[in-house]
Amino acid sequence: MACVSPDGKPTESGTKMLRALQAGLGSPEEIAKETGLPLFRVRSGLRELAEAGLADQKEDSYKLSGKGAELIR
Amino acid sequence: MEEVREPIAHMPHIGEPAPAFEAVSTQGVLKLEDFKGSWLILFSHPADFTPVCTTEFIAFSEIHPELQKRGVELLGLSVDSVSSHIAWVRNVQEKTGVKIPFPIIADLNKEVSLSYGMIHPGQSKTETVRCVFIIDPDQIIRTILYYPLTTGRNMDEILRIVDALQTTDKNKVATPANWRPGDMVVVPPPNTQEMAEERLQQGYECVDWYLCKKKL
Repeated sequence: MACVSPDGKPTESGTKMLRALQAGLGSPEEIAKETGLPLFRVRSGLRELAEAGLADQKEDSYKLSGKGAELIR
Repeated sequence: MEEVREPIAHMPHIGEPAPAFEAVSTQGVLKLEDFKGSWLILFSHPADFTPVCTTEFIAFSEIHPELQKRGVELLGLSVDSVSSHIAWVRNVQEKTGVKIPFPIIADLNKEVSLSYGMIHPGQSKTETVRCVFIIDPDQIIRTILYYPLTTGRNMDEILRIVDALQTTDKNKVATPANWRPGDMVVVPPPNTQEMAEERLQQGYECVDWYLCKKKL
């Protein structure tokens, strides 16, 4: 897992993506631009965050979930 | 006793869509579609902690900034585990100071290797040979290179091919032998007799109607 550690906490790159979602960004392209991470890593990372329940996916866009918000408080 | 053979896989061709994959890598689970919109160089190496592969990984890392300027991502692959890849890249950094910036697929079940024809039993039945697949932003395979286990790849040639492909796409031209950025390019040959006659009047540098070059 690249964005979520085995203990369920987001990694540094995962935290960057969650903070970008918190700031209202939703598309992988916007998040890649904001975080400076390569687009392929953001696409893969958002998928992983969604699978872990830290983000919610709707088509090609993502939103921070309640569980994700808890972790970056 | 009959020899156990790997299933015969389809060998991908230039001009075909790159085979889709979902694979564990040193940077998480990656799908081919994650690279859509970027150029991608997918390359395989025989094994971690081997000498030629180590020189290649250092060389790929050295051209990584140049590839990034051209909108190209790098993705390595071998049939080793993620733990092996992590240990190897950490060792390379510790011993040489070079940080490997790109992900490496751990293709333990050979799913990706077989779909890309990376295992050549005449060289090794268990390891991938040194393959390079240059894949465009629409995920079409544009170039395939195969090197034997004993020959490390030439990074200048890989960069040169990327430059040539991108120049070709942008300007609808071809590139002659040993072309380098800044050199003259080849104008596509005429399709009709009328076009052939006109071609010689168009101000290009022509050997004859079928071989004309121009500056970009």
